[in-house]
Amino acid sequence: MPDQKLFIGSHAPYWHNGSSISAKSYHTMLAALPAVVLGIWQYGAPALGVLALSVSCAMIWELIMNIAMKRPASIGDGNAAVIGLLFAMLLPATTPWWAVVAGTFVAVVIGKQIFGGIGCNPLNPALVAIAILMLSWKSMLDFNSALVNYEFSFNMVYPLAAIKGFGASAVSDYSTAGLLMGQQPGGIGTTFGLGLIIGGLYLMLRGHIRWEISLSFLASVFVTALLFNLSDPDKYANPVFHLLTGYTLIGAFFLATEDSSSPVNFVPMLLYGALAGILTVLIRNIGAFVDGVVFAILMMNVANPLLDKIRPKAMGKGIKHA
Amino acid sequence: MIKRPFFSLGKPKLKYPVNDTEEQDVIRVTPIPGRVTFFLEDPYERNEGLLIKPGDKIKTGQKLKLTEDDKDYVISSVTGTIAGISQYKGYLGKTYAAISIDTADEEQWDDKFKEGCQKPTLENSLEFLGCLPGDTGFIPILDTHSPLNTIIINGVDKDILVSTNRLIVQTETDNLKTGIEYLREITGAGEIMITVPPELASQAGETGADVKVIEPIYPNTLPEIIMKSILGKTPPADKTWEEAGVGLINAEAVVAFSNAFTKGQIPVSKLLTVINKDHTTVHVRARVGTHVKEILATLDIETHHGDQLVLGGPMTGHALYSEDLPILSDTDAIMANDKDNVVFPSDCHCINCGECVRACPARIPVNMLIRVLENDLYEEAAREYDLLSCIECGLCSYVCTARIPIFHYIMLGKYEFARIETAEESNA
Repeated sequence: MPDQKLFIGSHAPYWHNGSSISAKSYHTMLAALPAVVLGIWQYGAPALGVLALSVSCAMIWELIMNIAMKRPASIGDGNAAVIGLLFAMLLPATTPWWAVVAGTFVAVVIGKQIFGGIGCNPLNPALVAIAILMLSWKSMLDFNSALVNYEFSFNMVYPLAAIKGFGASAVSDYSTAGLLMGQQPGGIGTTFGLGLIIGGLYLMLRGHIRWEISLSFLASVFVTALLFNLSDPDKYANPVFHLLTGYTLIGAFFLATEDSSSPVNFVPMLLYGALAGILTVLIRNIGAFVDGVVFAILMMNVANPLLDKIRPKAMGKGIKHA
Repeated sequence: MIKRPFFSLGKPKLKYPVNDTEEQDVIRVTPIPGRVTFFLEDPYERNEGLLIKPGDKIKTGQKLKLTEDDKDYVISSVTGTIAGISQYKGYLGKTYAAISIDTADEEQWDDKFKEGCQKPTLENSLEFLGCLPGDTGFIPILDTHSPLNTIIINGVDKDILVSTNRLIVQTETDNLKTGIEYLREITGAGEIMITVPPELASQAGETGADVKVIEPIYPNTLPEIIMKSILGKTPPADKTWEEAGVGLINAEAVVAFSNAFTKGQIPVSKLLTVINKDHTTVHVRARVGTHVKEILATLDIETHHGDQLVLGGPMTGHALYSEDLPILSDTDAIMANDKDNVVFPSDCHCINCGECVRACPARIPVNMLIRVLENDLYEEAAREYDLLSCIECGLCSYVCTARIPIFHYIMLGKYEFARIETAEESNA
């Protein structure tokens, strides 16, 4: 029946709200742009080099894995590019090329693809990579030595390292406005506080990330840091300092909110964010590492399936299978 | 198509368009077609020993049954000759006998109903009014062991863009009132309520039923949500409404019920909302069993190979593969969807974004449910992840970022789970 008029059969609904994974990825990258642009402006070509290499390597690793696992090419959904971009944002501008290649391999292949690709990763891929790098080549992610050749008009001591070593008085010359405007050493895309906040607000309002996670993370960083600060103001920095330094803001808006490794129900999202915030400050103030965001979020990623068991009872439930 | 709003912090809100143009009240009429088809439920897929056979002369309003013992029947909406009886497999594997009738030039009414039924009683309603146009559950309401506590007359339409029942409340208030009186008489129900959108509240008050206003935002208009919002209880996932003492019937069926006795003829035409490709809607009245092709021809709606044609609305309808299929007595709408707007599902797996969980009115953990359903774990899905609580609104698929056909998976899961349960029962 070649001439017969036939219609497309499919299941309801016949409408879709138009969202897609690629749109989500591109919006995430767009939101990260202000912080990235300031990073490039500050650190120049080396920063651009790290960013470009990281994004392209992440995509190439994804493609290689697609081919190796005989799956359709999935680089079009932009998820690998997002992982590459976020990973590069966490790195200092002087990171050598081989570390970027190795890091993206860890992120995309070990962090994501071996679990089955997008949506199956139990941990945030970019964080897995940065954690492995932190543990393997410790000096590379020490921002003080990594950025030693850069001279700016502001204090070039990594604020979290300074406070860990010398107490609250060592960081008294960091002004809140300066921190917001990126006047601190750090990763390429992690220092421009205002840019990250604008990007985060954009993602929250557009519904691409969940405000529950971001805000509870920031609130609990603030509260925990405040408690430490009240207990010993000479040793522990004030809470605003903790909010604007290190990976706190990028963690709140771009890392903790990664879909696959974060909860989806309301109460679990609040708990997840809050516990990650508490862990962050605990690691920073009494732990071994200078910045606690990476391990705090990874830790909560692991707890995510358990947290998501807290959920409301479904409608009409509780009669038959009670 | 309604797109994702620029700001999307909360749940999707699908508002029903307001009925404000004059054109909305105009009801076009499809002429009696040359051939009609009825679907009569036939679980046994029988071929022989049937009461009716090709060549039989049929009158309008005549009852068609496959065998004497069958409970199910259809009412012929035309006068003519049976052209053929074949088997048809519908949604969820349901089997039907498809009876096609070639219409005669002159219409003759079957007068069994007129002779036997002057006044509405439970018996004659059960006997003749089993497939009223707009029917959602007339027989279940009548055929209960104990009288129902509440009957809800649905004056809002389940699916978005559909306005069939709303138009009925608007234009046939008097008939609705008579129908409600008859219903009260024969069922002995304690309470009769009518649900309407806000703009029809005062008009619905004239019918004598208890008016309940439903905000016309999808999925507030789904039967389960209506029950929850006006009665404060949710129907249990594994019981029928009637077992819970509640009956639900569409306003159109109540009007048809009243018309049957005031006019002495079983109503045979159905009011439909036709949703055009540009999402404008028109109302049309056609005989039950009219092929979709004829209805689209009346309205000058052109369709092409590769378009989509849906019986029902955009969220819950059923797609047709051919325009030579008929409208049924419970078809409230026809939707034509241009091939450029067809939504294609993807085979990507869940990215755990949680949009579905937030959209779900039944609070189902859709992100977990879809994972077990993809792996055919139907019993686990029902036991642990609330498969049976699904009220079939389709919002999960509508908002899915990965474009997984979640609703399709859920319906498949329900079907397979029911098969597993039946198999277990027969083995026990």
